[in-house]
Amino acid sequence: MIAQFFQIVDLGIKSLLVQKMRAGLAALGIFIGTSTVIWLVAMGEGVSYRAQQQILELGARNVIVRTKEPNAGSDEEANSRVKAYGLLRADFRRIVENIPNISRAIPMRELKFELRLDDRTADTKLVGCTEDYLELNRLEIARGRWLSTRDRGEKVIVLANDTAKRLFPYENPIGRTIWVGSEFYTVIGQTKDRTASAAIGGSLDSRDYNLDAYIPIKTLRQRVGDLVMKRVGGGQGWNFVGEDVELSQITVEVEDIEDVDETAQIIETLLKKYHEKEDYAVVVPRELLRQAERTRTMFNVLLVVIAGISLLVGGIGIMNIMLATVTERTREIGVRRALGATRSDIIGQFLIETVVLTASGGLAGVLFGLSVGPIFRFAKKMVTTFSPDSLPPIVHELEPRIALWSVLLSLGISLGVGVLFGVYPARKAAYLDPIEALRHE
Amino acid sequence: MIRAQQSDQPKAEQFAFRVQDLRRTYFMKGETVHALRGVTFDVLVGEYIAIMGPSGSGKSTLLNVLGCLDRPTSGSYLLAGDDVAKINDYQLSRIRGRRIGFVFQSYNLLQQLNVLENIKVPLQYQGLIGKDANAKCRELAELVGLGSRIYHRPTELSGGQQQRVAIARSLVNDPYFILADEATGNLDSKTTDEVLELFESLNASGKTIVMITHEDEVAARAKRVIRLRDGVIESDERNEK
Repeated sequence: MIAQFFQIVDLGIKSLLVQKMRAGLAALGIFIGTSTVIWLVAMGEGVSYRAQQQILELGARNVIVRTKEPNAGSDEEANSRVKAYGLLRADFRRIVENIPNISRAIPMRELKFELRLDDRTADTKLVGCTEDYLELNRLEIARGRWLSTRDRGEKVIVLANDTAKRLFPYENPIGRTIWVGSEFYTVIGQTKDRTASAAIGGSLDSRDYNLDAYIPIKTLRQRVGDLVMKRVGGGQGWNFVGEDVELSQITVEVEDIEDVDETAQIIETLLKKYHEKEDYAVVVPRELLRQAERTRTMFNVLLVVIAGISLLVGGIGIMNIMLATVTERTREIGVRRALGATRSDIIGQFLIETVVLTASGGLAGVLFGLSVGPIFRFAKKMVTTFSPDSLPPIVHELEPRIALWSVLLSLGISLGVGVLFGVYPARKAAYLDPIEALRHE
Repeated sequence: MIRAQQSDQPKAEQFAFRVQDLRRTYFMKGETVHALRGVTFDVLVGEYIAIMGPSGSGKSTLLNVLGCLDRPTSGSYLLAGDDVAKINDYQLSRIRGRRIGFVFQSYNLLQQLNVLENIKVPLQYQGLIGKDANAKCRELAELVGLGSRIYHRPTELSGGQQQRVAIARSLVNDPYFILADEATGNLDSKTTDEVLELFESLNASGKTIVMITHEDEVAARAKRVIRLRDGVIESDERNEK
């Protein structure tokens, strides 16, 4: 039985090899279909895996409340020189005092700031934070130390990796002093390189930690203040616009992961009472995760549909070829029938031939699909070598992840296509009249 | 039962096949064509018989019926006790494979297979591929004088050689009889002679051969000649040698 099966497979291969070019072109459709599924799914999985990792870094138990610039309400407001908006220190107190099931709440204020040392400058994000900030964002100290409770109100600063490199390309920054605005601060520590996390709070960019500088939030409030003047370009020279923001972000860690959604609701209700404008956003990483999951599922469904269509087209190509083959080999079919082949023998022969054709296209497609990683990396490298800035960062960070289900599915579909589109030509062959078939030239 | 009464007749197992009052009628474009109009004859095991007749005599129709490629409209065709007139396509296929060895005018070897594989084809359809299958096919290749070319493709062989492969293929299932359809029609006189000698030696070793031909020289080599005309047997004679 098995020996007979292999004999039919062997015969199928031999018959296909008679017309190598034709068989190859017919299998190409299936090859493209299969490898496309694996490639696209691997890309999609890569993107969503990254997104998930970034969201997870925000913390599944956290509720993040962020300041966001409100939409300009009235003309008067739009024209005013100083805009005051965002989370207040009072909001922070209210959250801590009114919500019982939180393990901690961490306030943070960040602003763009230029640090200087002699003739070297660094455009950084100056972050005023508390001692918890390090652990909350999974930052690690490369040298020196992190902010402590005793530093509150002191002029000390911790530099992120890239910030430190810009200001101190060759020296150890620990213990040195740098200019922050018009004051000297002592560098007490430097953090390790840290990959970016997910975008939150309306900003589309992901949060990059490597150009940060951290000082105690109390110091920031006392020495820098809430009001920041920004230069904006205009027709008649420079113009200044002020922003008065107390806190950029409050990160609330909930004791029980089950209470996260509810707590987010409560915080939202609480804040709404004191804010006229929509100048804050409540972000729940867990919800983001669920959204990402939904997006991923939809994306995958879409991919499978596209792949299905391309394999269908490939299958029609295969059927076309097999019909031509049956016509061409009418004489052979007649001879085989005369030599004792039953109708099911003929069906088996042509069906297996079709399946061999699609399966070889499918297998080649799978092999090509599995090599998505190296090929993609190589292509990325080539593009960056010739034009370094042409790729958006998302592409740089993308690592395709091959999904097992996509491999099995595409292989299964290609086999299925072989059977589905092989049946009609095979039946046509089997139901030829042997006498007519033998007479066929 | 009938055979028991006729005690002077040959016994059942001595018949290769028996044809009784065979009729075959076609309906084509509203016209009725009576291709066979009552043909009756018996062939014994070990006979070498030529069936002759001009075109339109019903020769091809008879060939198709004898080859189990077609069923008669009426009458019976007894092949080892089975009445072929009354069985379905599946059973017909099995009988073709087991009991009949076809030799065609245009050899009809499968181009994608070599000599050995071509000889083996009928065995595959009987599910008879055992350890000895290759040995048997090789033996048959040697019998027809192609033992040194078993791995050649049909395109690498001459017409006479191809026909000898086809004869070896017709023998592989130990059929009840060999049915040769104008087997020398495509060959020159020298190779015709060789092939006919092969048939004669096979017949001498006990094989039953039924040969359809329109050439008198070919028919003259057979032991018995049946002539058809207008769908009936015109003559049934033994060649005296």
